[in-house]
Amino acid sequence: MVNLSQMLLYSLKRFISLAISLIIASVIIFTVIEIAPGDPAQFMLGINAQPDTVAALQEELGLNVPKHIRYFNWISGMIVGDFGTSYTYRTPVAEMIVDRLWISLPLALYALTISTFVAFLVGIYAAARRGKLTDTAVMAATQLGVAIPNFWFAMMLVLVFAINFQIFSAGGFNGWNNGIGFGLQSLTLPAIALALPQAAILARVMRSSLIDILGEDYIRTARAKGLSKHQALWRHGVRNALIPVLTIIGLQFAFLIAGAIIIEQVFYLPGLGRLIFQSISSRDLIVVESIIMLLVFIVIIVNFLVDIAYAIVDPRLRLTS
Amino acid sequence: MTRNLICGTLLSSLFILMALTSFMWTPYDHTTLSIPEKMQPPNFKYWLGTDHFGRDILSMIMVGARTSIAVAIIAVGIGMILGVPLGLAAAAQIGSWLDELIMRGNDLVFAFPSLVIAILITAIFGPSATNAIIAIGIFNIPVFARITRGAALSIWKLDFILAAQVAGKSTFRISYEHIFPNVSNLLIVQGTIQFSLGILAESGLSYVGLGAQPPVPSWGRMLSDAQTMVSIAPHLALVPGITIILTVLGLNLMGDGLRDFLDPRLRIQRS
Repeated sequence: MVNLSQMLLYSLKRFISLAISLIIASVIIFTVIEIAPGDPAQFMLGINAQPDTVAALQEELGLNVPKHIRYFNWISGMIVGDFGTSYTYRTPVAEMIVDRLWISLPLALYALTISTFVAFLVGIYAAARRGKLTDTAVMAATQLGVAIPNFWFAMMLVLVFAINFQIFSAGGFNGWNNGIGFGLQSLTLPAIALALPQAAILARVMRSSLIDILGEDYIRTARAKGLSKHQALWRHGVRNALIPVLTIIGLQFAFLIAGAIIIEQVFYLPGLGRLIFQSISSRDLIVVESIIMLLVFIVIIVNFLVDIAYAIVDPRLRLTS
Repeated sequence: MTRNLICGTLLSSLFILMALTSFMWTPYDHTTLSIPEKMQPPNFKYWLGTDHFGRDILSMIMVGARTSIAVAIIAVGIGMILGVPLGLAAAAQIGSWLDELIMRGNDLVFAFPSLVIAILITAIFGPSATNAIIAIGIFNIPVFARITRGAALSIWKLDFILAAQVAGKSTFRISYEHIFPNVSNLLIVQGTIQFSLGILAESGLSYVGLGAQPPVPSWGRMLSDAQTMVSIAPHLALVPGITIILTVLGLNLMGDGLRDFLDPRLRIQRS
């Protein structure tokens, strides 16, 4: 089983590089937050606080321990799911993050689904009708889609579908407790807004990737065997065109997670974005630190998974690396 | 000259010209408040209407163009000045520890979207336009390093580089005298694209309050001010939004056009 061992070796190498990236990223985030001016204990108690009260609170929050020990406490805590206690809310950070993640993560995934679905349809359609007027029109539309700021598009969606037609709510979150449908309904407009620019980029990649493939010899062979243009496109073209598309989807997830933070502001969604901005203004740095680490963690893991998926789809990669 | 290049260049120059004109002239002072004339739709006196404080929107858009363009240009500059030498060095020492270090460093920076960098910087220094510049600039470094490395690698394989090596030129000199000029076209194209992405990113950061602070006008903040009033005065959101779209569209078209224009191989393929 040469193939399997190659695959394992490749995965192992990528995994080590993933672990190193995570360690360095965590050191950077910790150091940056450490430089941040203002002592959280002082901030929580106000400027008139007695020095001994501040010192007591510092001890309670674990702020008086040397920095490197705090770093190890932070990391070892995170590994077992203990993100520390919020300075302002006095509740476990992990609980706060998980609550918010139930909005931000479904939002990003919802947007990813929409953008992938739309991009596939549009990309395949445009590639099949390459050079025709419809192709040109569709490509011009994607050019426009790339240029639209997603938060502005979100505002326009609110104006049209929430204020004028009143089909969707203008903001807020109905919660998952009343049924998945209600939750998804509050996330639909945000997801569409988030998906638009990504769909436009992905559609362009899908189209050009397909067009490249359609020029390959094996497509000509398939056509010579008697397959119609559409049969050749669907049976041999689409699967092979997926390789570059997969990479872009992986990269996009990072942008969707970051984009969700901005889009949440438009729709007043109580997700990670709102939490992080509230925490910055209340100097709840432990929350800021943990959310950023989580975001970076998600991005690094997704890229790792894409690398692995890539190697499964394209065996040549395993050999070269 | 392609159609894309002409349209794109015209559109982009329009906004750059607007920003430059604002230093000498704007229809009104962009800071003058005139509450009785607040939230007027576009009319003959105020071509693009007024905002909730009665400020002239056209003047604000013109002055805001400065912020957007300055942030995006400096961010591209940071990305190029740091990223291009890194990419050249990595390509010159392909496979070495230096190459590996640069590429892994790139991967790491890619894990920090510019929004996350901006949040980190804001946590320390507080929000400002400088934050936006640094955040977008840092994210641009790996973009340029990667693209330079990729392009430089293909140039290193060419015969005239071998000739230069035989002639005794050092790796550094070859990178500077032969590799760099041959990848510069690509860098110009990528620079245009990063410029447009920078404008989008700046507007996003200003929108969430991590970018330029009042009273400095910025397109993103005009949109966040407009948000609560969009149902009564849609022009407050439409004008800055369309301005951003047209600017970004112009730059993207210019980038596409430049790529076709500067790469003769593509021209042959097309014809």
